[in-house]
Amino acid sequence: MISSFKKALDSGKFVVTCEVAPPKGINLEKVSRHIDLLKDKVDGMNITDHQSSVMRFPSIGGALLVKEMGGEPILQMTCRDRNRLALQAELLFAASRRINNVLCLTGDSVMLGDHKTAKGVFDLDSSQLLAAVRTLEKGKDLGGNDLEGAPTFCAGAIVTPEANPVEPQLIKFEKKIEAGAEFIQTQAVYDLDKLKDFMSYARQFKVKILAGIILLTSAPMARFMNKNIAGVNVPQPLIDEISQAPKGGALAKGIEIAGPMISRIHSEKICDGVHIMAIGKEELVPEIMASAGVSPASV
Amino acid sequence: MIVGEQKPFEEIWEMVKDHKQLTVFGCNTCVAVCHQGGNKEAGILASQLKMRATQDGVDIQIVDSGIERQCEHEFFEKTEDLIRKSEAVLSLACGIGVQFMASKYPSTPIYPALNTTFLGDVPETGLFTEKCQACGDCVLGITGGVCPVSRCAKRLFNGPCGGSTTGKCEISKTVDCAWQLVIDRLEAMGRLGDYEKVMPVKDWSKDRSGGPRSFKLEDF
Repeated sequence: MISSFKKALDSGKFVVTCEVAPPKGINLEKVSRHIDLLKDKVDGMNITDHQSSVMRFPSIGGALLVKEMGGEPILQMTCRDRNRLALQAELLFAASRRINNVLCLTGDSVMLGDHKTAKGVFDLDSSQLLAAVRTLEKGKDLGGNDLEGAPTFCAGAIVTPEANPVEPQLIKFEKKIEAGAEFIQTQAVYDLDKLKDFMSYARQFKVKILAGIILLTSAPMARFMNKNIAGVNVPQPLIDEISQAPKGGALAKGIEIAGPMISRIHSEKICDGVHIMAIGKEELVPEIMASAGVSPASV
Repeated sequence: MIVGEQKPFEEIWEMVKDHKQLTVFGCNTCVAVCHQGGNKEAGILASQLKMRATQDGVDIQIVDSGIERQCEHEFFEKTEDLIRKSEAVLSLACGIGVQFMASKYPSTPIYPALNTTFLGDVPETGLFTEKCQACGDCVLGITGGVCPVSRCAKRLFNGPCGGSTTGKCEISKTVDCAWQLVIDRLEAMGRLGDYEKVMPVKDWSKDRSGGPRSFKLEDF
Protein backbone atom coordinates (compact mmCIF):
# COMPACT_ATOMS: atom_id res chain seq x y z
CA MET A 1 0.00 0.00 0.00
CA ILE A 2 1.81 3.13 -1.21
CA SER A 3 0.48 6.14 0.62
CA SER A 4 -0.50 9.31 -1.17
CA PHE A 5 2.11 11.14 0.91
CA LYS A 6 4.78 8.77 -0.39
CA LYS A 7 3.55 9.37 -3.94
CA ALA A 8 3.76 13.11 -3.37
CA LEU A 9 7.34 12.76 -2.09
CA ASP A 10 8.31 10.65 -5.08
CA SER A 11 6.59 12.95 -7.59
CA GLY A 12 9.20 15.64 -7.09
CA LYS A 13 6.59 18.29 -6.34
CA PHE A 14 7.02 20.73 -3.46
CA VAL A 15 5.48 18.83 -0.56
CA VAL A 16 3.60 20.54 2.26
CA THR A 17 2.79 18.86 5.54
CA CYS A 18 1.30 20.31 8.67
CA GLU A 19 0.59 19.24 12.20
CA VAL A 20 -2.59 18.66 14.16
CA ALA A 21 -2.70 17.99 17.86
CA PRO A 22 -5.22 15.63 19.45
CA PRO A 23 -7.11 17.12 22.41
CA LYS A 24 -6.66 16.52 26.09
CA GLY A 25 -10.00 14.78 26.50
CA ILE A 26 -12.50 13.28 24.10
CA ASN A 27 -13.93 16.41 22.55
CA LEU A 28 -12.74 16.07 18.95
CA GLU A 29 -14.56 19.12 17.57
CA LYS A 30 -11.55 21.39 17.30
CA VAL A 31 -9.17 18.81 15.86
CA SER A 32 -11.89 17.69 13.42
CA ARG A 33 -12.33 21.30 12.31
CA HIS A 34 -8.59 21.58 11.69
CA ILE A 35 -8.48 18.30 9.79
CA ASP A 36 -11.46 19.33 7.68
CA LEU A 37 -9.89 22.69 6.90
CA LEU A 38 -6.48 21.28 5.98
CA LYS A 39 -7.01 17.82 4.53
CA ASP A 40 -7.30 18.94 0.91
CA LYS A 41 -4.63 21.61 1.18
CA VAL A 42 -1.63 19.60 2.34
CA ASP A 43 0.08 16.35 1.36
CA GLY A 44 0.10 14.96 4.86
CA MET A 45 -0.86 15.80 8.41
CA ASN A 46 1.34 14.83 11.34
CA ILE A 47 -0.61 13.73 14.38
CA THR A 48 1.42 14.55 17.46
CA ASP A 49 2.08 11.89 20.09
CA HIS A 50 1.71 13.32 23.61
CA GLN A 51 3.71 16.32 22.45
CA SER A 52 6.12 17.70 25.06
CA SER A 53 5.22 14.65 27.20
CA VAL A 54 1.76 16.07 27.87
CA MET A 55 -0.84 13.29 28.06
CA ARG A 56 -3.50 13.60 25.35
CA PHE A 57 -5.82 11.63 23.10
CA PRO A 58 -3.50 9.18 21.30
CA SER A 59 -1.81 9.92 17.99
CA ILE A 60 -3.15 6.67 16.53
CA GLY A 61 -6.69 7.86 17.36
CA GLY A 62 -6.00 11.19 15.70
CA ALA A 63 -4.49 9.45 12.66
CA LEU A 64 -7.58 7.26 12.37
CA LEU A 65 -9.75 10.36 12.52
CA VAL A 66 -7.73 11.99 9.71
CA LYS A 67 -8.14 8.83 7.65
CA GLU A 68 -11.88 8.64 8.31
CA MET A 69 -12.23 12.27 7.26
CA GLY A 70 -10.42 11.64 4.00
CA GLY A 71 -7.06 13.16 4.91
CA GLU A 72 -3.54 11.73 4.78
CA PRO A 73 -2.17 11.07 8.26
CA ILE A 74 1.49 10.90 9.25
CA LEU A 75 1.48 9.01 12.52
CA GLN A 76 4.00 10.40 15.00
CA MET A 77 5.36 7.70 17.28
CA THR A 78 7.69 8.29 20.17
CA CYS A 79 9.64 5.66 22.10
CA ARG A 80 8.87 7.28 25.44
CA ASP A 81 5.62 5.54 26.34
CA ARG A 82 5.68 2.10 24.73
CA ASN A 83 8.05 -0.84 24.71
CA ARG A 84 8.87 -2.77 21.57
CA LEU A 85 5.75 -4.95 21.83
CA ALA A 86 3.41 -1.97 22.04
CA LEU A 87 5.22 -0.04 19.29
CA GLN A 88 5.09 -2.96 16.88
CA ALA A 89 1.45 -3.68 17.74
CA GLU A 90 0.51 -0.09 17.06
CA LEU A 91 2.34 -0.13 13.72
CA LEU A 92 0.39 -3.26 12.74
CA PHE A 93 -2.87 -1.64 13.76
CA ALA A 94 -1.99 1.53 11.84
CA ALA A 95 -1.20 -0.37 8.65
CA SER A 96 -4.42 -2.40 8.98
CA ARG A 97 -6.34 0.89 8.89
CA ARG A 98 -4.31 2.16 5.93
CA ILE A 99 -2.31 4.56 8.00
CA ASN A 100 0.95 4.04 6.13
CA ASN A 101 3.09 7.02 7.11
CA VAL A 102 5.03 7.09 10.35
CA LEU A 103 7.41 9.61 11.85
CA CYS A 104 9.76 7.87 14.29
CA LEU A 105 10.81 9.98 17.26
CA THR A 106 12.63 9.40 20.51
CA GLY A 107 10.17 11.58 22.43
CA ASP A 108 10.73 14.29 25.00
CA SER A 109 11.74 13.37 28.51
CA VAL A 110 8.81 12.72 30.86
CA MET A 111 10.30 15.35 33.16
CA LEU A 112 9.26 18.05 30.67
CA GLY A 113 5.58 17.13 30.63
CA ASP A 114 2.54 17.00 32.87
CA HIS A 115 3.16 13.54 34.33
CA LYS A 116 6.59 14.13 35.81
CA THR A 117 6.45 11.06 38.06
CA ALA A 118 5.84 8.67 35.14
CA LYS A 119 8.37 6.07 34.08
CA GLY A 120 9.93 6.79 30.68
CA VAL A 121 10.11 3.58 28.64
CA PHE A 122 12.71 4.17 25.89
CA ASP A 123 13.03 0.46 25.16
CA LEU A 124 13.97 1.49 21.60
CA ASP A 125 15.35 4.76 20.28
CA SER A 126 14.32 6.56 17.08
CA SER A 127 16.90 4.79 14.89
CA GLN A 128 15.90 1.42 16.28
CA LEU A 129 12.19 2.21 15.77
CA LEU A 130 12.93 2.97 12.10
CA ALA A 131 14.76 -0.36 11.84
CA ALA A 132 11.77 -2.05 13.51
CA VAL A 133 9.44 -0.61 10.85
CA ARG A 134 11.65 -2.10 8.13
CA THR A 135 11.79 -5.44 9.93
CA LEU A 136 7.97 -5.62 10.12
CA GLU A 137 7.80 -4.86 6.42
CA LYS A 138 9.87 -7.98 5.79
CA GLY A 139 7.21 -10.04 7.55
CA LYS A 140 9.14 -10.50 10.79
CA ASP A 141 8.81 -8.99 14.24
CA LEU A 142 11.71 -7.93 16.46
CA GLY A 143 11.63 -11.35 18.12
CA GLY A 144 12.34 -12.96 14.75
CA ASN A 145 8.83 -14.42 14.44
CA ASP A 146 6.80 -14.52 11.24
CA LEU A 147 3.90 -12.10 10.77
CA GLU A 148 0.58 -13.01 9.24
CA GLY A 149 0.49 -10.19 6.76
CA ALA A 150 3.27 -7.63 6.66
CA PRO A 151 2.67 -3.86 6.75
CA THR A 152 4.24 -1.25 4.49
CA PHE A 153 5.20 2.22 5.61
CA CYS A 154 6.63 5.46 4.42
CA ALA A 155 8.87 6.04 7.43
CA GLY A 156 10.54 9.25 8.44
CA ALA A 157 12.49 10.94 11.17
CA ILE A 158 13.60 14.36 12.27
CA VAL A 159 16.85 16.28 12.34
CA THR A 160 17.94 19.51 14.02
CA PRO A 161 20.04 21.39 11.44
CA GLU A 162 20.89 24.15 13.91
CA ALA A 163 21.84 21.92 16.84
CA ASN A 164 24.82 23.05 18.86
CA PRO A 165 27.08 21.18 18.29
CA VAL A 166 25.65 19.87 15.04
CA GLU A 167 28.13 17.08 14.22
CA PRO A 168 26.65 14.44 16.56
CA GLN A 169 23.19 15.17 15.13
CA LEU A 170 24.45 14.86 11.56
CA ILE A 171 25.94 11.45 12.25
CA LYS A 172 22.66 10.48 13.89
CA PHE A 173 20.83 11.76 10.80
CA GLU A 174 22.95 9.40 8.70
CA LYS A 175 22.18 6.55 11.08
CA LYS A 176 18.46 7.23 10.73
CA ILE A 177 18.76 7.06 6.94
CA GLU A 178 20.75 3.84 7.24
CA ALA A 179 18.03 2.47 9.54
CA GLY A 180 15.39 3.22 6.91
CA ALA A 181 14.21 6.85 6.97
CA GLU A 182 12.76 7.91 3.61
CA PHE A 183 11.84 11.41 4.64
CA ILE A 184 13.05 13.92 7.18
CA GLN A 185 11.10 16.76 8.75
CA THR A 186 13.50 19.24 10.30
CA GLN A 187 13.27 21.06 13.60
CA ALA A 188 12.17 24.66 13.08
CA VAL A 189 14.56 26.69 10.94
CA TYR A 190 14.62 30.47 10.62
CA ASP A 191 18.02 31.11 9.05
CA LEU A 192 17.85 30.03 5.42
CA ASP A 193 21.59 30.41 4.89
CA LYS A 194 22.20 27.87 7.64
CA LEU A 195 19.51 25.67 6.12
CA LYS A 196 21.29 25.88 2.75
CA ASP A 197 24.54 24.81 4.42
CA PHE A 198 22.79 21.83 5.95
CA MET A 199 21.13 20.94 2.66
CA SER A 200 24.39 21.09 0.70
CA TYR A 201 25.58 18.31 3.03
CA ALA A 202 22.26 16.45 3.21
CA ARG A 203 21.70 16.29 -0.56
CA GLN A 204 24.22 13.45 -0.86
CA PHE A 205 21.71 11.12 0.83
CA LYS A 206 18.69 9.53 -0.76
CA VAL A 207 16.09 11.09 1.50
CA LYS A 208 13.40 13.75 1.07
CA ILE A 209 13.76 16.72 3.35
CA LEU A 210 10.94 18.98 4.49
CA ALA A 211 12.02 22.16 6.26
CA GLY A 212 10.31 22.72 9.60
CA ILE A 213 8.47 26.04 9.88
CA ILE A 214 7.09 27.07 13.25
CA LEU A 215 4.76 30.06 13.02
CA LEU A 216 5.99 32.84 15.27
CA THR A 217 3.02 34.19 17.22
CA SER A 218 4.69 36.81 19.42
CA ALA A 219 8.10 38.07 20.51
CA PRO A 220 7.86 36.35 23.94
CA MET A 221 7.03 33.07 22.18
CA ALA A 222 10.13 33.44 20.00
CA ARG A 223 12.29 34.21 23.02
CA PHE A 224 10.79 31.26 24.90
CA MET A 225 11.75 28.91 22.07
CA ASN A 226 15.29 30.29 21.91
CA LYS A 227 15.67 29.73 25.63
CA ASN A 228 13.91 26.39 26.01
CA ILE A 229 13.92 24.43 22.76
CA ALA A 230 17.23 22.88 21.80
CA GLY A 231 18.29 23.70 18.27
CA VAL A 232 15.74 26.46 17.69
CA ASN A 233 17.33 29.84 17.05
CA VAL A 234 15.03 32.69 16.08
CA PRO A 235 17.42 35.43 14.89
CA GLN A 236 17.20 38.73 16.79
CA PRO A 237 16.11 40.76 13.71
CA LEU A 238 13.02 38.54 13.41
CA ILE A 239 12.23 38.98 17.10
CA ASP A 240 12.62 42.76 16.67
CA GLU A 241 10.37 42.69 13.64
CA ILE A 242 7.60 40.87 15.48
CA SER A 243 7.92 42.96 18.62
CA GLN A 244 7.57 46.13 16.55
CA ALA A 245 4.31 44.93 15.02
CA PRO A 246 1.30 47.11 15.91
CA LYS A 247 -0.83 45.96 18.86
CA GLY A 248 -2.68 42.80 17.91
CA GLY A 249 -0.60 42.45 14.77
CA ALA A 250 2.06 39.99 15.96
CA LEU A 251 0.32 37.00 14.45
CA ALA A 252 -0.07 38.73 11.08
CA LYS A 253 3.63 39.56 11.25
CA GLY A 254 4.38 35.91 12.01
CA ILE A 255 2.55 34.90 8.85
CA GLU A 256 4.36 37.65 6.97
CA ILE A 257 7.67 36.11 8.11
CA ALA A 258 6.73 32.46 7.47
CA GLY A 259 5.17 33.03 4.02
CA PRO A 260 8.23 34.48 2.25
CA MET A 261 10.50 31.93 3.96
CA ILE A 262 8.45 29.07 2.51
CA SER A 263 8.31 30.87 -0.78
CA ARG A 264 12.13 31.07 -0.92
CA ILE A 265 12.54 27.43 0.13
CA HIS A 266 10.20 26.58 -2.75
CA SER A 267 11.51 28.89 -5.47
CA GLU A 268 15.18 28.34 -4.69
CA LYS A 269 14.55 24.58 -4.38
CA ILE A 270 16.33 24.56 -1.01
CA CYS A 271 14.31 21.60 0.30
CA ASP A 272 11.80 19.10 -1.05
CA GLY A 273 9.00 20.76 0.85
CA VAL A 274 8.01 22.23 4.17
CA HIS A 275 6.47 21.00 7.38
CA ILE A 276 4.37 23.80 8.87
CA MET A 277 3.88 23.74 12.63
CA ALA A 278 1.33 26.41 13.55
CA ILE A 279 1.18 25.27 17.16
CA GLY A 280 -2.33 26.03 18.43
CA LYS A 281 -3.08 28.14 15.33
CA GLU A 282 -3.60 25.37 12.80
CA GLU A 283 -6.46 27.26 11.18
CA LEU A 284 -3.87 29.75 9.87
CA VAL A 285 -2.01 27.19 7.75
CA PRO A 286 -3.98 28.01 4.56
CA GLU A 287 -3.20 31.69 5.09
CA ILE A 288 0.51 30.92 5.55
CA MET A 289 0.45 28.85 2.37
CA ALA A 290 -1.32 31.62 0.48
CA SER A 291 1.26 34.11 1.75
CA ALA A 292 3.98 31.75 0.50
CA GLY A 293 2.33 31.42 -2.86
CA VAL A 294 2.02 27.68 -2.48
CA SER A 295 -1.71 27.39 -3.02
CA PRO A 296 -3.21 23.92 -2.85
CA ALA A 297 -3.37 23.83 -6.63
CA SER A 298 0.36 24.38 -7.04
CA VAL A 299 1.31 22.16 -4.15
CA MET B 1 29.74 1.84 45.22
CA ILE B 2 26.15 1.91 46.42
CA VAL B 3 24.95 5.40 47.25
CA GLY B 4 22.05 6.13 49.57
CA GLU B 5 20.46 9.16 51.15
CA GLN B 6 18.82 9.29 54.54
CA LYS B 7 15.04 9.50 54.41
CA PRO B 8 13.38 12.63 55.77
CA PHE B 9 13.41 12.47 59.57
CA GLU B 10 9.61 12.65 59.81
CA GLU B 11 9.22 9.60 57.60
CA ILE B 12 11.67 7.65 59.76
CA TRP B 13 9.93 8.76 62.96
CA GLU B 14 6.52 7.71 61.63
CA MET B 15 7.87 4.22 60.89
CA VAL B 16 9.41 3.57 64.31
CA LYS B 17 7.53 5.67 66.87
CA ASP B 18 5.13 2.96 68.03
CA HIS B 19 7.85 0.56 69.15
CA LYS B 20 9.00 0.24 72.75
CA GLN B 21 12.54 -0.71 71.80
CA LEU B 22 14.57 0.11 68.71
CA THR B 23 18.10 -0.67 67.54
CA VAL B 24 19.52 1.87 65.08
CA PHE B 25 21.99 -0.12 63.03
CA GLY B 26 24.70 1.26 60.75
CA CYS B 27 26.41 -0.32 57.77
CA ASN B 28 30.00 0.85 57.62
CA THR B 29 30.99 0.30 53.98
CA CYS B 30 29.35 1.90 50.92
CA VAL B 31 26.78 4.09 52.62
CA ALA B 32 29.37 5.20 55.20
CA VAL B 33 31.45 6.71 52.37
CA CYS B 34 28.55 8.99 51.50
CA HIS B 35 28.06 9.86 55.20
CA GLN B 36 24.49 8.60 55.26
CA GLY B 37 24.46 5.13 56.72
CA GLY B 38 27.70 4.39 58.59
CA ASN B 39 27.97 3.52 62.26
CA LYS B 40 28.68 7.17 63.07
CA GLU B 41 25.48 8.26 61.31
CA ALA B 42 23.59 5.53 63.19
CA GLY B 43 24.73 7.13 66.46
CA ILE B 44 23.62 10.59 65.33
CA LEU B 45 20.24 9.35 64.10
CA ALA B 46 19.70 7.44 67.38
CA SER B 47 20.32 10.70 69.30
CA GLN B 48 17.87 12.58 67.11
CA LEU B 49 15.24 9.92 67.65
CA LYS B 50 15.80 9.97 71.44
CA MET B 51 15.36 13.74 71.45
CA ARG B 52 12.16 13.47 69.45
CA ALA B 53 10.85 10.74 71.74
CA THR B 54 11.52 12.94 74.78
CA GLN B 55 9.91 15.92 73.06
CA ASP B 56 6.77 13.96 72.20
CA GLY B 57 6.69 12.13 75.54
CA VAL B 58 6.98 8.78 73.78
CA ASP B 59 8.56 5.92 75.66
CA ILE B 60 11.08 4.13 73.39
CA GLN B 61 14.33 2.64 74.45
CA ILE B 62 16.79 3.40 71.64
CA VAL B 63 20.29 1.95 71.22
CA ASP B 64 22.70 2.25 68.32
CA SER B 65 25.17 -0.18 66.87
CA GLY B 66 26.55 -1.24 63.52
CA ILE B 67 28.70 -3.62 61.54
CA GLU B 68 30.93 -3.44 58.49
CA ARG B 69 28.45 -4.94 56.04
CA GLN B 70 24.83 -5.87 56.45
CA CYS B 71 24.82 -8.02 53.31
CA GLU B 72 26.98 -10.94 54.51
CA HIS B 73 26.44 -13.43 57.34
CA GLU B 74 29.89 -13.37 58.96
CA PHE B 75 29.77 -9.67 59.86
CA PHE B 76 26.71 -10.25 62.05
CA GLU B 77 28.43 -12.53 64.60
CA LYS B 78 29.39 -9.76 67.06
CA THR B 79 25.92 -8.24 67.15
CA GLU B 80 23.86 -11.42 66.90
CA ASP B 81 22.68 -11.15 70.48
CA LEU B 82 21.73 -7.49 70.30
CA ILE B 83 19.58 -7.97 67.22
CA ARG B 84 17.91 -11.11 68.53
CA LYS B 85 16.78 -9.14 71.57
CA SER B 86 15.66 -6.08 69.57
CA GLU B 87 11.96 -5.43 69.15
CA ALA B 88 12.68 -3.58 65.90
CA VAL B 89 15.71 -2.48 63.88
CA LEU B 90 16.17 0.73 61.93
CA SER B 91 18.81 -0.20 59.36
CA LEU B 92 21.00 2.45 57.77
CA ALA B 93 22.16 0.01 55.11
CA CYS B 94 21.15 0.13 51.47
CA GLY B 95 18.11 -1.86 50.37
CA ILE B 96 20.30 -4.94 50.11
CA GLY B 97 21.35 -4.81 53.77
CA VAL B 98 17.78 -4.18 54.94
CA GLN B 99 16.56 -7.23 53.03
CA PHE B 100 19.46 -9.38 54.14
CA MET B 101 18.64 -8.61 57.78
CA ALA B 102 14.93 -9.20 57.19
CA SER B 103 15.72 -12.65 55.84
CA LYS B 104 18.07 -13.41 58.79
CA TYR B 105 15.55 -12.34 61.43
CA PRO B 106 12.18 -13.40 60.03
CA SER B 107 10.01 -12.08 62.88
CA THR B 108 11.81 -8.77 63.55
CA PRO B 109 10.63 -5.59 61.82
CA ILE B 110 13.60 -4.09 59.92
CA TYR B 111 12.94 -0.51 58.75
CA PRO B 112 14.95 1.33 56.07
CA ALA B 113 16.45 4.65 57.20
CA LEU B 114 17.85 5.31 53.73
CA ASN B 115 16.62 5.58 50.20
CA THR B 116 19.08 3.60 48.10
CA THR B 117 19.66 6.01 45.26
CA PHE B 118 22.23 4.71 42.79
CA LEU B 119 25.53 3.05 41.94
CA GLY B 120 28.01 5.84 41.69
CA ASP B 121 31.43 7.34 42.16
CA VAL B 122 32.94 10.20 44.18
CA PRO B 123 34.30 12.67 41.60
CA GLU B 124 34.99 15.20 44.35
CA THR B 125 34.66 15.29 48.11
CA GLY B 126 31.01 15.26 49.07
CA LEU B 127 29.74 14.71 45.52
CA PHE B 128 28.30 11.40 44.38
CA THR B 129 27.20 10.75 40.81
CA GLU B 130 25.41 7.86 39.16
CA LYS B 131 27.54 5.76 36.83
CA CYS B 132 25.97 2.31 36.49
CA GLN B 133 22.53 0.70 36.41
CA ALA B 134 23.74 -2.89 36.55
CA CYS B 135 21.95 -3.58 33.24
CA GLY B 136 23.79 -6.88 32.97
CA ASP B 137 25.24 -6.30 29.50
CA CYS B 138 28.01 -3.70 29.61
CA VAL B 139 28.44 -1.52 26.53
CA LEU B 140 31.27 0.69 27.83
CA GLY B 141 33.67 -0.95 25.38
CA ILE B 142 31.90 0.65 22.43
CA THR B 143 30.69 3.85 24.06
CA GLY B 144 34.08 5.22 24.97
CA GLY B 145 33.81 4.33 28.65
CA VAL B 146 30.70 6.48 29.19
CA CYS B 147 27.49 4.62 30.07
CA PRO B 148 24.39 5.67 28.10
CA VAL B 149 22.18 3.38 30.20
CA SER B 150 22.82 5.16 33.48
CA ARG B 151 23.83 8.62 32.27
CA CYS B 152 21.44 9.39 29.40
CA ALA B 153 18.01 10.38 30.77
CA LYS B 154 16.42 8.28 28.01
CA ARG B 155 18.95 5.43 27.97
CA LEU B 156 19.51 5.97 24.25
CA PHE B 157 21.89 3.81 22.24
CA ASN B 158 22.29 5.72 19.01
CA GLY B 159 23.35 9.21 19.90
CA PRO B 160 22.01 12.36 21.51
CA CYS B 161 18.33 13.21 21.26
CA GLY B 162 17.20 16.53 19.84
CA GLY B 163 17.08 17.92 23.36
CA SER B 164 20.86 17.85 23.74
CA THR B 165 22.36 21.30 23.48
CA THR B 166 25.83 22.69 24.20
CA GLY B 167 26.69 19.37 25.80
CA LYS B 168 23.83 19.49 28.30
CA CYS B 169 20.73 17.32 28.75
CA GLU B 170 17.21 18.55 28.09
CA ILE B 171 16.15 17.73 31.64
CA SER B 172 18.56 20.24 33.18
CA LYS B 173 21.28 22.63 32.09
CA THR B 174 23.41 21.24 34.94
CA VAL B 175 23.29 17.65 33.64
CA ASP B 176 25.83 16.58 31.03
CA CYS B 177 24.51 14.99 27.84
CA ALA B 178 25.90 11.46 28.10
CA TRP B 179 26.08 11.13 24.33
CA GLN B 180 28.12 14.29 24.00
CA LEU B 181 30.54 12.74 26.51
CA VAL B 182 30.55 9.47 24.54
CA ILE B 183 31.28 11.30 21.29
CA ASP B 184 33.98 13.50 22.85
CA ARG B 185 35.74 10.41 24.20
CA LEU B 186 35.44 8.46 20.95
CA GLU B 187 36.77 11.46 19.05
CA ALA B 188 39.71 11.81 21.44
CA MET B 189 40.53 8.13 20.86
CA GLY B 190 40.08 8.41 17.09
CA ARG B 191 37.21 5.94 17.22
CA LEU B 192 34.23 8.00 16.10
CA GLY B 193 33.46 5.13 13.72
CA ASP B 194 32.04 3.27 16.73
CA TYR B 195 29.31 5.92 16.98
CA GLU B 196 28.50 5.79 13.28
CA LYS B 197 27.20 2.22 13.49
CA VAL B 198 23.49 1.72 14.28
CA MET B 199 23.42 -0.09 17.60
CA PRO B 200 20.88 -2.93 17.68
CA VAL B 201 18.06 -3.12 20.22
CA LYS B 202 19.20 -3.95 23.73
CA ASP B 203 18.65 -7.30 25.41
CA TRP B 204 16.79 -6.15 28.52
CA SER B 205 16.34 -9.73 29.70
CA LYS B 206 19.77 -9.31 31.30
CA ASP B 207 18.38 -6.30 33.14
CA ARG B 208 15.33 -6.44 35.43
CA SER B 209 12.99 -7.69 32.66
CA GLY B 210 14.47 -11.15 33.18
CA GLY B 211 13.46 -11.15 36.85
CA PRO B 212 15.80 -10.97 39.87
CA ARG B 213 19.34 -11.94 38.92
CA SER B 214 21.83 -14.17 40.69
CA PHE B 215 24.93 -16.14 39.95
CA LYS B 216 26.70 -18.94 41.77
CA LEU B 217 30.37 -19.79 41.95
CA GLU B 218 30.40 -23.48 41.25
CA ASP B 219 33.75 -24.09 42.99
CA PHE B 220 32.46 -22.97 46.41
